[in-house]
Amino acid sequence: MSTTKLARRAGTGRTGDKVFSGAALGAGALIVAVLFAVALFLVVQALPTFSAPAADITGGEGFFTYIFPIVIGTLIAATIALLIATPIGIAVALFISHYAPRKLARGLGYVVDLLAAIPSVVYGAWGASFLASQLKVPYQWLAENMGWIPLFAGPASSTGKTILTAGIVLAVMVLPIIASLTREIFLQAPMLHQEAALALGATRWEMIRMAVLPFARGGIISAVMLGLGRALGETMAVALVLSSGPLIASLIRSGNQTIAAEIALDFPEAFGLRMHELIAAGLVLFLITLAVNMVARWIINRHKEFSGAN
Amino acid sequence: MSKRIDVSDLNVYYGDFRAVEDVSITIEAKSVTAFIGPSGCGKSTFLRTLNRMHEVIPGARVEGKVLLDGDNLYGDGVDPVTVRSQIGMVFQRPNPFPTMSIRDNVLAGVKLNSRRISKSDADSLVEKSLQGANLWNEVKDRLDKPGSGLSGGQQQRLCIARAIAVSPDVILMDEPCSALDPISTLAIEDLINELKDEYTVVIVTHNMQQAARVSDKTAFFNIAGTGKPGKLIEYADTATIFNNPGEKSTEDYVSGRFG
Amino acid sequence: MATLMTERKRSALTRGRLPKYTPYVIALSAVVIAAALMSLIGFHVFGWAVLSAVLFVIGNVTAAGVVEGRRKATDKFATSLVYGAFLVALLPLISVIWTVLVNGVPGLLTPGFLSTSMNGVTGAVDNASVKDGTPVVGGVYHALMGSVMITLWATLISVPVGLLTAIYLVEYSAGNTFSKVITFLVDVMTGIPSIVAGLFAAAFFAMILGPGTKTGFVAAVALSVLMIPVVVRSSEEMLKIVPNELREAAYALGVRKWRTILKVVIPTAISGIASGVTLAIARVIGETAPLLVTAGFATTINMNVFSGWMASLPTFIYTQIMTPTSPSNADPSTQRAWAAALLLIILVMLLNLGARLVARLFAPKTGR
Repeated sequence: MSTTKLARRAGTGRTGDKVFSGAALGAGALIVAVLFAVALFLVVQALPTFSAPAADITGGEGFFTYIFPIVIGTLIAATIALLIATPIGIAVALFISHYAPRKLARGLGYVVDLLAAIPSVVYGAWGASFLASQLKVPYQWLAENMGWIPLFAGPASSTGKTILTAGIVLAVMVLPIIASLTREIFLQAPMLHQEAALALGATRWEMIRMAVLPFARGGIISAVMLGLGRALGETMAVALVLSSGPLIASLIRSGNQTIAAEIALDFPEAFGLRMHELIAAGLVLFLITLAVNMVARWIINRHKEFSGAN
Repeated sequence: MSKRIDVSDLNVYYGDFRAVEDVSITIEAKSVTAFIGPSGCGKSTFLRTLNRMHEVIPGARVEGKVLLDGDNLYGDGVDPVTVRSQIGMVFQRPNPFPTMSIRDNVLAGVKLNSRRISKSDADSLVEKSLQGANLWNEVKDRLDKPGSGLSGGQQQRLCIARAIAVSPDVILMDEPCSALDPISTLAIEDLINELKDEYTVVIVTHNMQQAARVSDKTAFFNIAGTGKPGKLIEYADTATIFNNPGEKSTEDYVSGRFG
Repeated sequence: MATLMTERKRSALTRGRLPKYTPYVIALSAVVIAAALMSLIGFHVFGWAVLSAVLFVIGNVTAAGVVEGRRKATDKFATSLVYGAFLVALLPLISVIWTVLVNGVPGLLTPGFLSTSMNGVTGAVDNASVKDGTPVVGGVYHALMGSVMITLWATLISVPVGLLTAIYLVEYSAGNTFSKVITFLVDVMTGIPSIVAGLFAAAFFAMILGPGTKTGFVAAVALSVLMIPVVVRSSEEMLKIVPNELREAAYALGVRKWRTILKVVIPTAISGIASGVTLAIARVIGETAPLLVTAGFATTINMNVFSGWMASLPTFIYTQIMTPTSPSNADPSTQRAWAAALLLIILVMLLNLGARLVARLFAPKTGR
């Protein structure tokens, strides 16, 4: 008697449980499906590029010759951005976490978070209209005085819209990201060990080197990798700032192009084979960023046992 | 080697709140002085002001004088870094640097001061410090292993070894045994008895038996109530404090009637 | 001299320390020397400031090195670098905000900017306004509406999917292999470049609806790809911090699991989830690249996300700069672009502030 009652009562609510857990599972499965779909559709839509005769591809010498320069351009821009943004970003994070007066620090942390939220198109507009013109004179100077280095070979761009400018704008964009992520890590560094260092008579810098940086190493690497991912895939800053051209070594002349900017500039008017070509380029970019993310994860996991987060 | 500490009219504030009021005390060289008292009476806070570690806590500040053999720790132009390299500290929870080996932990403070230290000098210093902390025999075969792999009591002795490796004048201990088991506690207490031959030791403890066992002099701190500042009630030879205290509240506390 | 110094300061603790006023003296000398040097090679305020700073750091570190020793000098040098880096980082960021404010305010205050579209605004109209000095016409109403519609649809897609996935990960999966796969893929998704997300949506709809399909809904799908991982991540964090005791208390009362989640777990975590969603919206509303390849450019108001091209604030900014309405007189277009940029920044900032407010106001009352 009582068992049947229990069984009957159970029947009414159980449907709800099943529907709900099914929906949750379905949502998870959808994410897996979407990601596979992203890869699948990119591959399918890119395929015509690889079967097309080499002469029909932009540049007339096949897909590899077409994609190689813009892959290199993408890497150059991202490298410039990281070279500038990493040291400054870490220093800004340290300033907020360990140097600035405490009351000021909270406000500054908030400002950095807000800056990370400024849309990329705004940075791009700033780079194109303000920064590029400011950099004309320094580029001129570099071309005249350092021109023997291939990186600064002249004649300098008369608009300032070069790959170096694009790299600087990218640096400004990824700086808040790196700073805000590493700040979180620095703030989590255990007080216990910082006090131990201070009690041994360490100066502030020595304390940071003994008890903060070793702890934060994995976090810094992941922050930089995330910044790299952003710099590689960032489109608008480059599309607006760079006046593109073929691959050249000089950073202060018009030229070079990145994958993302190439797609943004040409896709809206592309059709037929050109569209498939750009999707293939997108696939390449996808694979590069995927590789960067995986390497980042691998490094973080490898560092976990040494990070002191125990 | 060891120095005496004279504190006169010291007040400690957290922002507007006065945590410790008008403490004057003289701590003799080459002795063990224990601070006892109920939780929140300001004894740990006061201990931290003896090597300016309270400055790590936001909003904490100090009025008054702390003289280390006549030199004011809070005098004009005194660098807290200098103060802390002469007055070492051992914390409540053992805190060896997790990224360093046992050997590097012992040398951590020394390496700050002399960038180049010959390997033989370093080896003998490591041995001497670890022996001084009664830890040498337990770890001599695994000096290159991380310090975080030791037991709690061993970690705490490693921290003491790290503190004495820089040959400070004074060693402050903030409840060094509160996170340890009885056997490790005994090992640390033995060690404290040996340390006073060379150093001035100040120890904060919750454990009255411990104070009775290890210290020469004992200071009793108390608060009148929550929100009131902590005060030094009585300071005398340990035997006097425990057997024949001058104040009623001291007697109540050491006989276990409150706190 | 040396004996005099030691006599005056008998404290052993201050031996070998620089007097307190040293940095001020060095700063003053640095400014003066820098001014002198600059007057030799041509004065420039920016150069003067940089040179003063460099001289100050050199002077300060050298003085510390000579008097206080290597460790102090290293510490001062590190401090100078950290402060310097912070100032260097501030320069471009201030410059960005300043540029947007100065260029954007006049356009934003132009009457009709917020309430009109670009319908009927041609190069001839812009040329006339430059020539005759009449106010710049044309506005962002269509782009603002487009942004709102596209983001709204993206949110409608992302929040259920993201929240349910987070619920699956926290409440149902019990850490099985499938949940690890999902977590990994969500991480991968956070790294997808936005333009690739746009290409995916474009390619997907090109396959099912024919090439060249560009509508607001395609754009919303593209933005969802970017938004879902953010929602999953933040909701997952928030659900995780709901204490298990609450769930057990509900189970002990005989409440079904799904009702426990809906009535106990989610209400406890709702403020964090809402603030995470708001931040996700703030992130995608400024995305430009995916919209370029999915929604096309429109100059007229289109409120239907399922048909026709749709404008949005970011693409509006982009097109006004890259292809001014009047190629010969770009100024009116530039003004509109900056005004739209300012509007976009204000929107993003408001969303960020809103997220913080939501998190604070609706935080569960903990009994303390």
